[in-house]
Amino acid sequence: MQEDIKTQQIELKLLLQAIYLQYGYDFRDYALASIKRRITYRLQKDNYPNISAMQHRLLYDVSFFETLLLDLSVNVTEMFRDPEFYKALREKVIPKLAQHSHLKIWHAGCSSGEEVYSMAILLKEAGLYERTQIYATDMNEVILQQAKEGIFPIKRLKQYTENYQKSGGQESFSNYYHAHYEHAVMDNALKKNILFSDHNLATDGVFGEMNLVICRNVLIYFNRELQNRAIRLFNDSLSEQGILCLGSKESIRFSEYSSAYQDLAADEKIYIKNEH
Amino acid sequence: MSTETIFEAVVIGSSAGGVRALSMVLSTLPANFRVPIIIVQHLHPHSGAGLVDVLNHKTPLIVNQAEEKTLLEAGHVYLAPPNYHLLLELDGSFALSIMPKVHYARPSIDVLFETASEFYDKTLIGIILTGANHDGAQGLAQVKQAGGYSIVQDPNTAEAESMPSAAIKACEVDAVLPLTDIGPYLLQLVNNNYRKGQR
Ligand SMILES: C[S@@+](CC[C@H](N)C(=O)[O-])C[C@H]1O[C@@H](n2cnc3c(N)ncnc32)[C@H](O)[C@@H]1O
Repeated sequence: MQEDIKTQQIELKLLLQAIYLQYGYDFRDYALASIKRRITYRLQKDNYPNISAMQHRLLYDVSFFETLLLDLSVNVTEMFRDPEFYKALREKVIPKLAQHSHLKIWHAGCSSGEEVYSMAILLKEAGLYERTQIYATDMNEVILQQAKEGIFPIKRLKQYTENYQKSGGQESFSNYYHAHYEHAVMDNALKKNILFSDHNLATDGVFGEMNLVICRNVLIYFNRELQNRAIRLFNDSLSEQGILCLGSKESIRFSEYSSAYQDLAADEKIYIKNEH
Repeated sequence: MSTETIFEAVVIGSSAGGVRALSMVLSTLPANFRVPIIIVQHLHPHSGAGLVDVLNHKTPLIVNQAEEKTLLEAGHVYLAPPNYHLLLELDGSFALSIMPKVHYARPSIDVLFETASEFYDKTLIGIILTGANHDGAQGLAQVKQAGGYSIVQDPNTAEAESMPSAAIKACEVDAVLPLTDIGPYLLQLVNNNYRKGQR
């Protein structure tokens, strides 16, 4: 290996340790390649000679840490991302949820909320929204604030509308937001049963008695140990016959909980917890 | 074509016209090709796994989408899944990410090439095929800089020439070849420099 690359890897590990000790955010068990790219991006953008120099700034400047946190948390998301997944939710998950008179749903790693509003729309259309409490969590408070506001750039709505229709949506999508200059403001009726709060899968505990847990495109950033920790949290939070949804490139099958779940929609990584 | 290096992996980037070009290159490689091949082909985000089937029909190698945390094996071809960046982790296993697009692309060729080059440094071969953008140029330059080997499709034989042209501009490419020659050249390069490493 080239010397400079080796040195960079050492600097990277020190930086993550520094972030943890100073700010409590634990990235030490993340997959490092992605983290490294995000750090390098910030390094070049702000013209630091190396990671160590950046670490110095980071330790003394909270606002710089906040910038870096946004870089590191990779908040890219969409409404009805992977329409096939939402189709499977409509067809296989909603009928199971409909059997309960009260519903609790946890979106872990909800980012700016697009996924949560998509779920709220599905629940509305199935007539289940009024009986549901949705908990939407993310480790990043800045992004959670955006999620709470539910205001998205209008230029993205064309894509979202297309996704919605591909997922089997029959309504006019524009019923769910109103346009305000450059933005789409999500309808308040979608917001009222959603509780946004800050929760870190690396350091925080369980959320009780959920019927459905959705955590998509978060586990890919974790190493196996941290993936296992998160799946343990989901398992402990789910009631019997509870349903777990992961991202299309994630799986429960490597984890120690694999045998406690059946596939509900294998291709879409939707699992259902066995009865005891 | 003789170098001191043994090669351990091949990365290929392609875009517009890439499915045909990849089919051509892979069809000339034998099942016992000695190193893994990792490919980023730009695709529509919702395009599914169709390309896996297409390529499996063209080559005796085993073609799959790359899965996170898996280690690479010879005789296998790994494709970046649509709408995810494919990276090599510091231990050489695959990682996926939905970081922002790079050159309007996710997966991005640069992201794969740069992370693969950090792991494989001079034992990596990078190949840029047809495409209508500039993704991959920077990645190939990094492969070169780390001491790896670079091959670019002759832009005159490319369905879209801007991607190979950009790669040629970005670094001193080791071999610029017409599409039909790339597979046989690659085979020889890997074979010659594999036995040497076995001494
Ligand atoms: C790529 S987004 C996924 C958003 C959405 N679930 C989707 O699939 O479109 C990843 C999100 O996970 C959050 N995240 C990363 N690590 C986390 C952790 N340890 N605990 C909670 N959230 C985390 C990030 O802040 C980011 O918002």
